[in-house]
Amino acid sequence: MSLRTIWRKTVNIVMLSLTGLCALVAVSALFLILGCLAWKGATSLHWSFFTNLPAPVGEAGGGIANAIVGTGKLLVLAATIGVPVGLLGAVYLAEFAGTATAFFIRYATDLLNGVPSIVIGIFAYTVAVLPMHHFSALAGGFALGVMMVPIILRSCEEFLRSVPRSLREGAMAVGASKWKTIATVVIPAASSGILTAILLSLARVAGETAPLIFTAFGNQFWPHGLNQPTAALPVVIYNYALSPYDDWHRQAWAAGLVLILLVVVTNLLTRLLLQRQAMGRR
Amino acid sequence: MGTVTTTAGPAPAPSRMQVFLRRLRNGDEIAHFVTMIFGASILLVTTALVYELWIQSAQSRTKFGWSFLVTSTWDPINGIFGAWPYIYGTLVTTAIALVIAVPLGLGAAIFLSELAPPKVSSSLSFVIDLLAAVPSVIYGVLAVFLLEPVMRSTIQPFLKHTLGFLPIFKGPAYGFGYLTAGIVLAIMTVPFIISVSREVLMAVPQDQREASLGLGATRWETTYKVVVGYARTGILGSIFLSMARALGETMAVTMVIGNVSKVSASLFAPGYSIAAVIANEFADATSSLHLSSLIELGLVLFLLTFILNGLARVMIVATSRRGGGAAQR
Repeated sequence: MSLRTIWRKTVNIVMLSLTGLCALVAVSALFLILGCLAWKGATSLHWSFFTNLPAPVGEAGGGIANAIVGTGKLLVLAATIGVPVGLLGAVYLAEFAGTATAFFIRYATDLLNGVPSIVIGIFAYTVAVLPMHHFSALAGGFALGVMMVPIILRSCEEFLRSVPRSLREGAMAVGASKWKTIATVVIPAASSGILTAILLSLARVAGETAPLIFTAFGNQFWPHGLNQPTAALPVVIYNYALSPYDDWHRQAWAAGLVLILLVVVTNLLTRLLLQRQAMGRR
Repeated sequence: MGTVTTTAGPAPAPSRMQVFLRRLRNGDEIAHFVTMIFGASILLVTTALVYELWIQSAQSRTKFGWSFLVTSTWDPINGIFGAWPYIYGTLVTTAIALVIAVPLGLGAAIFLSELAPPKVSSSLSFVIDLLAAVPSVIYGVLAVFLLEPVMRSTIQPFLKHTLGFLPIFKGPAYGFGYLTAGIVLAIMTVPFIISVSREVLMAVPQDQREASLGLGATRWETTYKVVVGYARTGILGSIFLSMARALGETMAVTMVIGNVSKVSASLFAPGYSIAAVIANEFADATSSLHLSSLIELGLVLFLLTFILNGLARVMIVATSRRGGGAAQR
């Protein structure tokens, strides 16, 4: 073998192993994150953590019950905006829209998808907090809902488009009108895809902090109604992590563990759903 | 909705009005109209977002003009606002993030698309997707409690020792600062670079690889000169996309950048970023001018990400088209 060939082969092996190393580093980051959270957070997880309100500084045994309920409320509010707009918008794009309108709506969706979450927060502040003159769960839910729309719309559109043409033609051939075809054939056929899209978007906005800090704001107590500032899991993590108290740091770790478990479990669930659907198709 | 009448067999050539009426009776026109309202509401929301950012920042824009972007005094008490320290901090942290994340992400993407068997590649990609789904506040917590102490006690003194002659590695090691924020951002942007680049690489036609290997090139030469060369526009697009993400990233940066509105050459020094100052000061802005300045910062951030995302999309679509459309985004 000439020297040049040996050199080329060495470069080949070295560079290819380097790419493997890169992949290893990237993938191990996830396990590192999960490991650290489990190690630091698990010790502070006990029943009262989920059922108690935050305790005053210095008193042990505070919980994050209001933040968990708050995040739940915010997600419901977000879904009431995000799911109908995202899903019906996707139906419009996939089934009805002409090319010109579809282009504009798709463009606006991509634009909205790329807007930094803190800017969405500013938007929610100007349209919801400024007119009402106070922070509220409604404003926070609105911000999260706006973030959900593009995520749901783009993936739902893909799932609707992937429904085989023969199914639609079959429905039309037995005399169903277009909307009847969509409502009784196309959407049910794409239902598990649509469900995944909704779950993934919920998991994504559940962890959003930036749009909430000046819309939902946070609350140490149970809020009275949706018109009040409300606590949310990620905001609590943020505030506790930056506080000077050890006990709050421990709670930040524990709340972080809860949040990441929520995200990971949702992602695993959606993957299972999609796999089962793919198996069913075969 | 109306009843479904399906057997209305009309005259040979129904007029447009008749067709419309039939569709209306079948509910199609109503469904079309209803879904169109929802679709159009997205246009409305996006327009409203741009409009609100523009209108609400008017006070600050008329008062400071372009000098808002280049002056460094941020004084809410005397009502003087200049955004340069924040813009500088955002650019510096993003640059650090890209310097670390681009080689790492590209390497991993090459491994996943070119070397790993399909099964391994798909499960590793799922792990990467999970990594992208980790909320940024979690990265922030890890950075505050684990990365910052290591940076202060080990990494920064080491850099100072070995590369201390460079102005960017001078000055006391604070822990909280540009470098720490940049590293956290790097970890957060890697998954985006990997998943988009992988798709772009996988869209490169197989014949390209086979032709190159057939000529006697090694696997690496094929990958580097042919596959990456073929996909370079798309890869650049994926970098722009993650750059836009890094620019707008808020929580993790806010937690570790140090929150000092000063411009420092040293990467060890604490600084500030656009998103961080909005997050910290928005809820208790002291005056309408203060609020308006913060919203103008939001506008700056919006425009930056808007331009980058637009360029990225064009580039990625161009590459996938060339590659036969296997990777559509």
